[in-house]
Amino acid sequence: MTSPVPSEGKLPAGKSRKSDSGADDKPQWANGLRQLYDSVVEEPLPDQFKDLLAKLDSKD
Amino acid sequence: MEPAKRTASEKADFKRELTDVVPHLRAFARGLCGRADMADDLVQETLLKAWAAQERFQPGTSMRAWTFVILRNAYLTDMRRNRFRGEYDETVAERILTAPAGQEEPIHLSDMHRALLTLPPERREALLLVGAGGFSYEEAANICGCAVGTIKSRVGRARATLTSMLEDGSIPRRSVDDDTAHRAILEELDEVAAGQGASANS
Repeated sequence: MTSPVPSEGKLPAGKSRKSDSGADDKPQWANGLRQLYDSVVEEPLPDQFKDLLAKLDSKD
Repeated sequence: MEPAKRTASEKADFKRELTDVVPHLRAFARGLCGRADMADDLVQETLLKAWAAQERFQPGTSMRAWTFVILRNAYLTDMRRNRFRGEYDETVAERILTAPAGQEEPIHLSDMHRALLTLPPERREALLLVGAGGFSYEEAANICGCAVGTIKSRVGRARATLTSMLEDGSIPRRSVDDDTAHRAILEELDEVAAGQGASANS
């Protein structure tokens, strides 16, 4: 499949240069991706969701 | 629609599991569409759809996987209606991820997020599911309604692209403002949507 390469054309065509990171499985930023996700998971739930969930029961 | 009547306790279980999964839905949605407010709208839509479709949920299976399918389908629909233009949420710009020991340069959360948002949508979602959400390739394939090999390939390509962007510091500005790029993304979306998630309605 062809990818819509961002129009600035700076990107190499997709091959990772296996640099000195030594990680042939997970790149060194992999943990950061997880943290990005977890940082949202750990946010306190906004009131709008509590309100919505509370209202669901009466929506039958 | 004939609602197979659930008992009160089954409904309570469903509600509890749905509640538990909301933070994950928010994280997945944020990764998909970039802006926190739009992501939360998407999650609200997902919760309402999940609640309405609760008879179709098989108790004992993964609520997270089931609701992710609903969220992703809602996202694809909204995306085609041109709602999400991948606008970047500036509020994350100043936050920095803690650098793992031994890593010289901290990864900026904003860089990571921006790089993620430049990926084609099908690779972005594959990477989010596997690399961030912790789903197995098999589970991710099931959520996306495609073959396991396809997911592996998408994750691999996404990782390669992110690696080169983050290591070179050459993260492009978000390019979906560009009409050509946007059209290309929509075409890819059609392809992605063709494999409707396996276990939920569209």
